[in-house]
Amino acid sequence: MTGLRAVHILDQTEKDVAAMANKALVGEKVGMSQVWDDDNRVVPVTVLRVRPARVVQIKTPERDGYAALQVTYGEKQAKKLNKPDAGHFAASGVQPGVRLLELRLDDVSGFEVGQEITAELLSAGDLVDVTAVSRGKGFAGVMKRHNFAGQKASHGAHRIHRAPGSVGACATPARVFKGTRMAGRLGGEKVTTLNLQVVQADAEAGLLLVRGAVPGPKGGVVIVRDAVKAPAGKGGA
Amino acid sequence: MNAIDTLDARSLRDDIPDFAPGDTLKVHVRVVEGSKERVQVFQGVVIRRQGSGLRETYTVRKVSYGVGVERTFPLHTPTVAKVEVVSRGDVRRAKLYYLRDRVGKAAKVKERRD
Repeated sequence: MTGLRAVHILDQTEKDVAAMANKALVGEKVGMSQVWDDDNRVVPVTVLRVRPARVVQIKTPERDGYAALQVTYGEKQAKKLNKPDAGHFAASGVQPGVRLLELRLDDVSGFEVGQEITAELLSAGDLVDVTAVSRGKGFAGVMKRHNFAGQKASHGAHRIHRAPGSVGACATPARVFKGTRMAGRLGGEKVTTLNLQVVQADAEAGLLLVRGAVPGPKGGVVIVRDAVKAPAGKGGA
Repeated sequence: MNAIDTLDARSLRDDIPDFAPGDTLKVHVRVVEGSKERVQVFQGVVIRRQGSGLRETYTVRKVSYGVGVERTFPLHTPTVAKVEVVSRGDVRRAKLYYLRDRVGKAAKVKERRD
């Protein structure tokens, strides 16, 4: 029994080490809506507009220590580029875009500089992870930031309804432990939502519909990649 | 039109008649039992319409064997085969929640004469 379990754990680690995306693309969050599935059930979807991404540079483990595609999307006037970027785009011969992004992939051997990445990569039913910068919430209290329960609404509670309560003991340890959850900046950080199902991939219209919510505001840039932690049996894209 | 409107336009139904709170409707609901599908009619008074666009819903109330039954349908759901307006009601408000507290004749909505 123990032997079996050991083997299982080994498998897990191997899988985790290998867990990196095979496909990735760049999009823009359009907003949320709903569609009806084949059984006439409502499916909440986030609409993403896929921005055709052009490969600017290919990073390989041999040269750069990791595998990734450096891509750009959209258009930028040549005169608005700074000199280092202008040189970088000129060297690759790719039309300059609004910004440069890196898509980390397992294997980049199938790609070449100048290649376009579009919604054709994915199809309905695939599981994907969506990465984006979440909405900034500013300086937030502990109830919003750490899901604390807050204090009583009445029974003598006085101006402490949303306060964190105690942050530690008294003479021992006579300090507040590092990492104690308190109020502070919330949001505006990179967040990845795992295992979202692709409901529809319309390469012609450049739209991708994924089931459920995606971090970030409307118009925000998102990176979609195939699920790296897909439940066994379901499989990623 | 933006991308979401274009997308939603595909799911919007254009065969839904105009109706308002107070109207009596016959809602023909598709019911799937095993592999067979049949149509069930739910008749009652519209007590609310809520939301807009693809997400708009309406609630129909009827009294069945002395028990009030309310069903809320998305306006554009494909599970509704047909919506029929039986009669128009003469009401003064948009949400007819007061009907829930009334029984018998008091729960009747006056028919509109125009």
